[in-house]
Amino acid sequence: MGRFIIRRLLYMVVVILVVSFITFGLMHAVPGGPFDAEKALPPDIIKNLEKRYHLDEPLVMQYLRYLNAVFIPQFSSEGLTGDVEDDSLVNIKITDTFWIKWMNFGPTFSSRSRTVNDIFRQQLPISVQLGLNALFVALILGIPLGIISALKQNTIFDYLSMSIAIFGVSVPVIVLGPLMIWIFAVTLKWVPATGWGAQPPYVLGVFPSDLGWKYWEKALMPSIALGLGSSAIIARLTRASLLQVIREDYIRTARAKGVKESMVIVRHALKNSMIPVVTILGPMIAALVTGTFVTELTFGIPGMGKYFVTSITNRDYPVIMGTILLYAVFLVVANLLVDIMYAFLDPRIRYD
Amino acid sequence: MAELLKVQDLETQFRVREGIVHAVNGVSFSLKEGETLGIVGESGCGKSVTVMSMLRLIPSPPGKVVAGQAFYQGKDLLKMSDEEIRHVRGSQISMVFQDPMTSFNPVLTIGRQVAEPLEIHQGMSRKQAYERVADMLELVGIPKAKARLNDYPHQFSGGMRQRVMIAMSLVCNPSVLIADEPTTALDVTIQAQIVELVKELRDKLGMAIIWITHDLGVIAGLADRMAVMYGGYIIETAPVKSLYANPTHPYTLGLLNSLPRLDTDQYRRLESIDGLPPILMDKPTSCPFAPRCTFVREHCLQENPPLLETGPDHYAACWVDTKTGRERA
Ligand SMILES: Nc1ncnc2c1ncn2[C@@H]1O[C@H](COP(=O)(O)OP(=O)(O)O)[C@@H](O)[C@H]1O
Ligand SMILES: [Mg+2]
Repeated sequence: MGRFIIRRLLYMVVVILVVSFITFGLMHAVPGGPFDAEKALPPDIIKNLEKRYHLDEPLVMQYLRYLNAVFIPQFSSEGLTGDVEDDSLVNIKITDTFWIKWMNFGPTFSSRSRTVNDIFRQQLPISVQLGLNALFVALILGIPLGIISALKQNTIFDYLSMSIAIFGVSVPVIVLGPLMIWIFAVTLKWVPATGWGAQPPYVLGVFPSDLGWKYWEKALMPSIALGLGSSAIIARLTRASLLQVIREDYIRTARAKGVKESMVIVRHALKNSMIPVVTILGPMIAALVTGTFVTELTFGIPGMGKYFVTSITNRDYPVIMGTILLYAVFLVVANLLVDIMYAFLDPRIRYD
Repeated sequence: MAELLKVQDLETQFRVREGIVHAVNGVSFSLKEGETLGIVGESGCGKSVTVMSMLRLIPSPPGKVVAGQAFYQGKDLLKMSDEEIRHVRGSQISMVFQDPMTSFNPVLTIGRQVAEPLEIHQGMSRKQAYERVADMLELVGIPKAKARLNDYPHQFSGGMRQRVMIAMSLVCNPSVLIADEPTTALDVTIQAQIVELVKELRDKLGMAIIWITHDLGVIAGLADRMAVMYGGYIIETAPVKSLYANPTHPYTLGLLNSLPRLDTDQYRRLESIDGLPPILMDKPTSCPFAPRCTFVREHCLQENPPLLETGPDHYAACWVDTKTGRERA
């Protein structure tokens, strides 16, 4: 297992390099540049800006410069300078005058004083939190609904659960969000309509330090709105999988041993039926964490979504590169976790 | 010997889209303590459904036991509460299934699965149960059993898995073991080993056995009594010697003729029975075997024969005396 994980992490390096290459290429291949505005800037100013961000260099140079800044640890005689050119995600102090700095994702073109790393530190954690909350919602709603409808197949419970599931997949956030705001924030006044209840510093750079009501009063609605569609998918998959499993021979064996019906489900059927569910968790986590844009817009959440989308329309090259690379890492790690979970569920799966 | 199990007029049907499948049509048999009953018949004739109906393991819907009784030690299994029958399963009457590959839960260790009946029926802790499980696995011939308790089913070969299955079924010392084609999925050499093992265990533990097979050859050396099934009916039943020596029903004759024998002419052609097994959608008013029968008469098409005594303790459901070719009086 250890070897497998190391192999997968090495493989991740390759994935990241390939993704960086393709992203870099595509981003420069599409027409338009970062400083095309409706009111064209004077050519001199554009020249100056391009020089400042090294956009006047050949593309190969730019690419290598980027790889160097992001992947190769740099040695520096000074610590945190506050300079937008010199903002690394990882800063290790060896002595007062000797620092190792790593992962400088560069400045953002949209602001003179902010860097891509600023976005990673302030906005990204919010989106990751939202995505993981939504996943949590998807699981705690989807699995029980799926189990109930499988066990009560073709009864009112089944139809009810599956109606909820169909509602979940077919109503998009852009409809559900405003509806929820209108009901729970405007009419019932249970929760605030917009905003996010966690600020930096985050635990491990991602998680909120306080998970009280102050956090959830704002997080609950968007997490449910984003997670509902996925919960529907999980519910249907759980139902189908469990219905299949309870027809298996080993379930008959369990009954023939005198196992209680409730234990037949809990001990003999559930773990087996979760195997296909786990399989889709990888892509699902990725979709939820990277797909927060509409939800953030609807609920006024200062997350990553806006930056991700506008960076593309604005050709904000460093932000495009940074977010895509980070999402790629996230995807690979999520899939790795899923594979590990898979081996944990199914002893027939061995990685070596 | 006391009567342990008495099944009377058992009838089981499946309601499917196309209609009603009459899988078992009034089957009766009994089993004495320590006795071994062989049930034979081709695939789909209702052997599994018969025994599963007894233990109420028929999936419902679509299945339903529509008539009959199944007395175990004087109590009707079919009328017991769910709780009562649950305590019979795996402790008094236990089952071994056909396919040892799919009949174990792939995600639970062998130890846990074999220990489960002990935990359920004898209230043992897992630790106590594991001691007994290790002994039981030794008994069925699993080498280094103690070290294998935490292994998973896929780490055993098919034959070994079937041994484990047998251990699991016997771990609570049941008085009846039902083996539903326990060797069908195994290699021929391993089949013989499993049969040998069950014989030994029967001599040691003294349980009664219902051994289901579609292979008359496998069962000859094991059974005391035989029941031949066809189309959801028992069409012949007799002590094993009598059945092999004086097969009476044309279908039994056909089954025996399709079997290679060492005691007679080795070069005799193996015959197969022409025609297809019956479709069980309609309950027949004629003999279900009539369409494939070489002895068929007018009477066979008009009335389905009941089991008639054709010899000492030998019963066959046929209007025709196959020895003389004349209709029975
Ligand atoms: N779950 C089911 N649904 C519908 N029909 C069934 C079901 N189980 C068994 N049957 C029918 O019952 C008949 C007897 O099956 P079975 O007892 O399994 O045969 P076998 O003698 O091979 O064990 C078959 O014709 C089969 O089609
Ligand atoms: Mg069968």
